[in-house]
Amino acid sequence: MNLPPGISEKDFSAAIEEWQDALGKDWVLTADADVALYRDAYSPVWNEPEEPIPSAAVAPDGVEQVQAVVRIANRYKVPLWTISTGKNLGYGGSAPLLGGSVILDLKRMDRVLEVNEKNHYALVEPGVSYFDLYRYIQERKLKVWIDPPDPGWGSPIGNSLERGGGYTPMHDHYDAVCGMEVVLPNGELMRTGMGALPAAKTWQQYKYGFGPYVQGMFSQSSLGIVTKMGVWLLPEPEAYVAGTVMCWKRDDLIPMMEAFANLVNSGTLRTTTTIASPLWFGLPDKELDPLRVSGAVKEMEEYGARKKIPYWTIPLPFYGPAKVVAAQWEHAKQKFSSIPGVTFEDGPSYRFPLSAQDLAKIRDTVPLGIPSLQIFSVISILGQQSEGHLGFSPIIPMTGEALLEALTLFDQVHRELGSGGGAFPVLSSFPRSLVIIYLLPVTRDVEKNRRTREVYRRLIKEAAARGWGEYRTHTTFMNDISDTYSFNDHALRRFHETVKDALDPNGILSPGKCGIWPRRMRKAQA
Amino acid sequence: MRNVKRRSAKALLLSAMLLALAGTAFAAPDEAQIERGHKVYDKWCFPCHGTGLGKPGTDSLKARGVNPAVLEERTDLSAAVIKLSVRHGVLFMPMFRKTEVSDADLDAITAYLMRNNKK
Repeated sequence: MNLPPGISEKDFSAAIEEWQDALGKDWVLTADADVALYRDAYSPVWNEPEEPIPSAAVAPDGVEQVQAVVRIANRYKVPLWTISTGKNLGYGGSAPLLGGSVILDLKRMDRVLEVNEKNHYALVEPGVSYFDLYRYIQERKLKVWIDPPDPGWGSPIGNSLERGGGYTPMHDHYDAVCGMEVVLPNGELMRTGMGALPAAKTWQQYKYGFGPYVQGMFSQSSLGIVTKMGVWLLPEPEAYVAGTVMCWKRDDLIPMMEAFANLVNSGTLRTTTTIASPLWFGLPDKELDPLRVSGAVKEMEEYGARKKIPYWTIPLPFYGPAKVVAAQWEHAKQKFSSIPGVTFEDGPSYRFPLSAQDLAKIRDTVPLGIPSLQIFSVISILGQQSEGHLGFSPIIPMTGEALLEALTLFDQVHRELGSGGGAFPVLSSFPRSLVIIYLLPVTRDVEKNRRTREVYRRLIKEAAARGWGEYRTHTTFMNDISDTYSFNDHALRRFHETVKDALDPNGILSPGKCGIWPRRMRKAQA
Repeated sequence: MRNVKRRSAKALLLSAMLLALAGTAFAAPDEAQIERGHKVYDKWCFPCHGTGLGKPGTDSLKARGVNPAVLEERTDLSAAVIKLSVRHGVLFMPMFRKTEVSDADLDAITAYLMRNNKK
């Protein structure tokens, strides 16, 4: 048996026995074959000595059981690593950061506790997936939309806490969180916001409650276990209209991003989108590829003009009343119209609800609030044969200048290190910033993975040197990224450590999460 | 005569009941298992391996020349292959934990996917 670090076999066996008493023997998993199911299927350190393999898994079916698990873990100082659906693939999946941790698997807590159709919110448990919540809403024919991220098998709780994103006007998932129930590291139960009122009537309706706003302390965090969470939903819109803006010169990106920022920051465009460069980072092309490598911009532009391949495309989706969305798209076109040579493409547009027949014709239903796994089809078409992927995703300013600088730099790094995986960035937006997402392939080949990690670490370093930091990362790189957020001798990390030590003195919850280690493990990590 | 008739009717009813019971004991569990497997399959497997657009499992098998690419249409899958795929994963398909698909659910999926295999 793989033991948690620093824990004796006697203490570990005692903890296992106590968990068995609390949860029943079936839900304390210790057999090697069962524990192996918690390995990260997309691990960039698969089968290497540093791959963090858990020691066991416990799967409670209610809040009281979660509290019992935590109290027992405190008694024996056994580290727990909490997962909800465990589908955070590309970021660590269901595996811990620290090998030997016990997985606290919340998948069995999969109840949708409320969906409010009149005021558009839901209250869910951690094991509820986007598929589950969508099914619940459809079975009751409720006129609300969820906002799924690309793969729908994750959970609203897990994805929102990790600050993931989707595509509808509710795309910023953490921003759509309202009210949490949290088991604290000492096993105590707390509710945030209005939920602190015993007779609360607006727990899922008003975020802030009274006094300091602590909800954020539980996102990307190891300070508590969220057992219930409110999530805001979108009233089913009347219509969807999308159009694509296409520009043909490299430097057109600068006025494009100015117009784009105005649309996003004014609330005209309420969604995220995917900015792309079919000419620079598009499909392989014998004539174009050498120009891409040498950076021959003028020749590329000429080729693009000849073959009708735009340098830049930005699709703009609008959701709302039919007349409003049509006007928004017209307004958007005006905003871009001063760019010489700009062209526009209308469509698609939909009226809701869609018939089953119309729905069957749409490949990507995620922007319409319908969860799917189709993104994996895209990945398997774009990438080499791989077992998975990693996301490198720095946040950069919402300007054309920053974007050109970042794309040029990252492209150069990928070419230098001979990694083809980075040649296809996805660019999407939060208000006032952009996130670039590079998917790097993960395989079962130790040498290939070692090279991928080398590329990843170089990208982190180059980005940080220019003031760009990642919004989220795989467990393998959490220390590396945390190291880059180092203003004033790591003042932010020291603050996190102070809070961690105060709330979790035994350091039992998710040690190492986002580079924050409890006191008793800090020396070993330094 | 009337008694005989009544006895025959009773006998018929009894044999019908016995047949029904026999059905419950021997045939119905398979049907129930297949039905359960269908439900579990719809929840856990269909989003990737189903019919229609944007099903990566189906797309991936199609790209590798597997025919039919939709698992529900196959008649040659073995229990060993199904169980290995679910518990170990295949390419970008991850393994599934017992809190997601229990051993009993996995048996049911297997019964469902093997329902049309040649006996």
